[in-house]
Amino acid sequence: MKKNYILKVSLKPLIPFIMIFGLYVQFHGDFGPGGGFQAGVIFASAIILYTLVFGLRAATEVVSARTLEILVAAGVLLYGGVGLAAMARGGNFLEYSALAHDPLHGQHYGILLIELGVGLTVAAVMVGLFFLFAGRRSVR
Amino acid sequence: MLSGIFSLLSAGLFTVMDAVDVAFTEAAVGAGISTVLMVGTLALTRRREKISPRSVEPIPLLIVLVTGATLIYGTFDMPHYGDPEAPAHKHAMTRRFMERSAAEVGPPNVVTSVLASYRGYDTFGETTVVFTAAIGALLLLGRGAVGRRPVQAPKTPEAEE
Repeated sequence: MKKNYILKVSLKPLIPFIMIFGLYVQFHGDFGPGGGFQAGVIFASAIILYTLVFGLRAATEVVSARTLEILVAAGVLLYGGVGLAAMARGGNFLEYSALAHDPLHGQHYGILLIELGVGLTVAAVMVGLFFLFAGRRSVR
Repeated sequence: MLSGIFSLLSAGLFTVMDAVDVAFTEAAVGAGISTVLMVGTLALTRRREKISPRSVEPIPLLIVLVTGATLIYGTFDMPHYGDPEAPAHKHAMTRRFMERSAAEVGPPNVVTSVLASYRGYDTFGETTVVFTAAIGALLLLGRGAVGRRPVQAPKTPEAEE
C-alpha cells in the first residue's frame, strides 16, 4: 500500500470525523443510543482504518503497543475505582449515588466515568487485537 | 464477507425492531471489527486447506450437533416478535425501570440506566471479560512485529480463531 494516493487522500479527512463521532457516542450515551462499548469500537475503527491505509509502522507511532496495554488495564481500573470510591464514601460497591451530595449527580458522574472506562478498555482491546493480527508474518 | 453482510443486515433488522443500542453494537462489532479481523486472519493463513486423513471426526461432530440442537430447541421458548404477552413487557421489573429510572438514575435513555447503574456489576464483569480476552490473545499470539520481542512465524498455518 505504498502509492494509493486516492485512498490516502480520500480517507485521511474521514478519520477525525469518525473519532469525533466516537466521542459523541461516548458522551451522549445517556441521551441517545450508544455508550462506552459502541464508542470504543467506533474509536478503534478509526485507528484500524488508519492502519489499513498507512501501514502498521505509522500506526504504532501514533499508539504504541505499550500504550494500548496500559489503556486496556486503565479502563478496567477506572471502572473498579469508581466502585471503590463509592465504597469509600459510604455506599455499596458501584453505588454511584454515594459519589456526590445529590444522588442524581452521583449517578451522573458514576455513569460517565464507568462508560469512559468501558470505552477505554474496548477501544484499546480492539486496536490491540488488530495490531496483533496485522503484526504477524504471513506463513504463505 | 458473508458474515459481515449478515451482521449489517441484522443491524438494520434491530433498528427496525427499535433496538438501536443493539443495532449500533452489531454494526460496529459484527460488520466492522470482526470482518476486519477475519480478513486479517485469512491473509495470514494459506490459501488451501491441508487435507487431513480422517475427514469426519465422530465425537466433535456429535458434540456440535447436540449443542446446536439444544440451542435451536431453546429458541422455541422465545416469544414471538411484537407479542404483548412477552415476559419482557409483562415483568414487574420492566415497569419499575420505565417508571422510576428517570427519578432514580437520571438519563433519559433507560438502556443506559439499566446497563450502567442498575446492572453496573454485570457491566463491570463484561469489561473484565474483554480485558481477559485481550490478555489471552496477548499471551497466545505474543506481541508480534509490534512489540519489543518479535516472535517467530508459527509452524502450523491454522488460524488462531
